[in-house]
Amino acid sequence: MADDWNMPEGNLMKGKRGIVMGVANQNSIAWGISKQLAAQGAEIAFTYQGESLERRVRPLVESIGMDTMIPADVTDDASMDAAFAQVKEKWGKIDFLVHSIAFAGKDELQGSMVANTTREGFRRAMDISVYSFIDCARRASEIMPDGGSIICMTYLGAERVVPSYNVMGVAKAALEASTRYAARDLGPQGIRVNAISAGAMRTLSLAGIMGGKSLMGTGRDMSLLKEDTRMEGVAGAALYLLSDIGHSVAGEVLHVDAGFHVVGVPEMGED
Amino acid sequence: MSDVFERVKKIVVENLDVEADKVTESASFIDDLGADSLDLVELVMAFEEEFNIEIPDDVQENIRTVGDAVTHIKAHVS
Repeated sequence: MADDWNMPEGNLMKGKRGIVMGVANQNSIAWGISKQLAAQGAEIAFTYQGESLERRVRPLVESIGMDTMIPADVTDDASMDAAFAQVKEKWGKIDFLVHSIAFAGKDELQGSMVANTTREGFRRAMDISVYSFIDCARRASEIMPDGGSIICMTYLGAERVVPSYNVMGVAKAALEASTRYAARDLGPQGIRVNAISAGAMRTLSLAGIMGGKSLMGTGRDMSLLKEDTRMEGVAGAALYLLSDIGHSVAGEVLHVDAGFHVVGVPEMGED
Repeated sequence: MSDVFERVKKIVVENLDVEADKVTESASFIDDLGADSLDLVELVMAFEEEFNIEIPDDVQENIRTVGDAVTHIKAHVS
């Protein structure tokens, strides 16, 4: 759990300000990343959607001595206009953005992708999980006059078939492609765009996937390290990509999954 | 085994920020304790961590009261 580990402290993010989108509770990947960035001196504005999430996120934000919380509905242009205007008014410019937002209906995160994907479900998954990233990259780039770094979160289900992941795998594939095109478009402005492909973790998102918990077990048993993906690793990768030690890295999908992604056939006769 | 109820109660009180005496076996998470759907998911995750068990999706959908949770946990904790 995010509260159970100490993040390395330092100054890698000192003087840097940015936006983190997608903290839902203390188990959120976005929260692990936020704690690591804060431990390295970053100032963060957190976006949230709706009262139910605000109630969860506010105590976390306050626990690291921050207070900037901005409502943002990624499906609503007016809401996004207001959110980024608020950040611009507060800081003038930003240095980084973390996008950790995705959605697919529970009915679609099970069984057959072909049978269960509806037009509306597809549209929603792509809008919230993919278009929102393109939209945020554009909006963030407009307040990054000195360059910056943008990351999003993806998963192996973009590259390979994973049980129940279905339309979300399709959306993540589009998100990874969007990462590369955004990296091309924003690169000349000194903005690096990358994605982190994390192994399955105990988050609210995982709970939305039918049989999602078994993705964690499989990810662990078939991984090279024979362990769960740890938040320290994901947060550390985010710190690397968002700070200046990540210079020259752009358009990359960085796997932080205990090596699960390279396995073709697992070792025979184990366990 | 009553220990299971006390441990469940502690988690419910902390997660839902409710008075301890409202957390009875017959209390419904949603109707009596003010939980929303996200709360239910978080509670199940907290139970899984506390008791080191896995609560399958189909069981999760049938956990409506504190007693439902206690019954399921008792059946799976040795």
